[in-house]
Amino acid sequence: MKAFEYAAPGDLDDAIAMLSDAPGDSAVMAGGTDLVTSMKQGLVSPNRVVSLRNVKAINGIQEAGPDLRIGAATTLGELLGHSLVADLYPSITTAVKGIGSPQLMSVGTVGGDLLQAPRCWYYRNGMGLLADDAGAANFDGDSMAVEGDNRYHAIFDNKTAQFVSASSLAPALIALGANAVVRGPKKAEREIAVADLFRTPSSSDEREHVLKGNEVISHINIPASGAKNGTYEVRTRQGLDWPIVTASVAIASSGAKVVLGHVAPTPWVSDAAGKALGGKVDETSAAKAGEEAANGATPLSHNEYKVTLVKVAVKRAAMAAAAHG
Amino acid sequence: MPTDEKKPPGSGFSRRNFLKTIGAGAAATGLVREVADTAVVEAASDVQGPGEISITLNINGKSEKVSVEPRVTLLDALRNRLDHTGSKKVCDRGTCGACTILIDGQPAYSCSMLAVEAEGRKITTVEGLGTPEQLSALQESFIEHDAQQCGFCTPGFIVAGTALLNTNPNPTADDVNEALGGNLCRCGTYSGMVPAIMEAAKAMKGGA
Repeated sequence: MKAFEYAAPGDLDDAIAMLSDAPGDSAVMAGGTDLVTSMKQGLVSPNRVVSLRNVKAINGIQEAGPDLRIGAATTLGELLGHSLVADLYPSITTAVKGIGSPQLMSVGTVGGDLLQAPRCWYYRNGMGLLADDAGAANFDGDSMAVEGDNRYHAIFDNKTAQFVSASSLAPALIALGANAVVRGPKKAEREIAVADLFRTPSSSDEREHVLKGNEVISHINIPASGAKNGTYEVRTRQGLDWPIVTASVAIASSGAKVVLGHVAPTPWVSDAAGKALGGKVDETSAAKAGEEAANGATPLSHNEYKVTLVKVAVKRAAMAAAAHG
Repeated sequence: MPTDEKKPPGSGFSRRNFLKTIGAGAAATGLVREVADTAVVEAASDVQGPGEISITLNINGKSEKVSVEPRVTLLDALRNRLDHTGSKKVCDRGTCGACTILIDGQPAYSCSMLAVEAEGRKITTVEGLGTPEQLSALQESFIEHDAQQCGFCTPGFIVAGTALLNTNPNPTADDVNEALGGNLCRCGTYSGMVPAIMEAAKAMKGGA
């Protein structure tokens, strides 16, 4: 790991002022569970790490009127243990439980879950986010994620990038219409839909999210909607691992929203599936929503099975949502 | 520097002071490059490293001083600097759980936490749970149930199991499996560990 400067100021704006907008020059540390490993592996080599551990203002869960305001540095364990979250948003608690490791839940944060780097094994082994930088003498420059073992890779939006968004929370938060409060230099603040945090990089210069090096998520706001909601994760094991396919469904009086995770470089919203569910969820409409969600998938050489998993996950998430309170 | 003006005196620090402070020492190491090239506002009094800094860690109820670079993980500080070798280094990437410690009573991977981040928090390693002369109820129970084979992962499981028993005195088998979800045993002794933890729970209540 490259040596770096370290600071842990108590004020968010002080922390932001210590960050550089140049990509990769500095890094924000929340729980650090992903960042420390990424630094050890040389995937990121910041000159400075700015820790948010003393920034109390972005900790904890508040009821802001009927809405819920979650500090980005709130740990996943705190989120799991919050009774109001459990009552109103089983789709969130299911996703947190799925993380499967008490050690990660006690340290990892809400913001960190959203902004963790993809788990693509080619990326994690130093071949770049687009898996096209192997550095080997006989490497032809094509993406290993296309040519190699892509069983866990994207089945949607996978032309330029094949990794999948790693966040456990994003599908549930997006289905619930949550916003992220993004704070930048000079107290500049903007509130954007959680869905808009993510992007599919079109070149290796781009990241998988839209934040600049000196922007930080301070809060997540979940608007009260009264939506019934549920999440279903397809997993290989119950312990620590990332899901293969996630579906999160929120059913409000205004309509249903279906969001998939781990199937595209970003969380994947399926408007067609939401329409198919409408306001009335039963076995038939849930199965129809699954079919709609899987429409248009472009699986790679080793991951066609994920198309089937999408159908199952959407159906089960919809039924879980229907059964909610 | 407009930012300098905004800050009340003494509230931290100005870029000018930072440049003065780092002066000869850091100038040669290339740190000044970042300061000069970007609009980063410094707070020198708060920025430490990249060289060694002195920190105090509260380990098993005792304060211990150690000098580490900010990049040193808590696991490396414990094992290599402070001779607490109970926490094991196996995957070193937050996956296997052999390095599990308690931080303010909650289980955490010490390989994925910087030592500097643990300052001011209560660290408990497996050494703080029992001694060879006086094992904890859970350690006794692991022996009783033959809940280890090669034993290398055992300290992490003991700590993760202790974290569970501290918050849940009546765990079900499902509770135990959830609590151990962040630990791996390549020998596959889970079937011994689950009853070991459940029986230890009973023993701790005096019911064994």
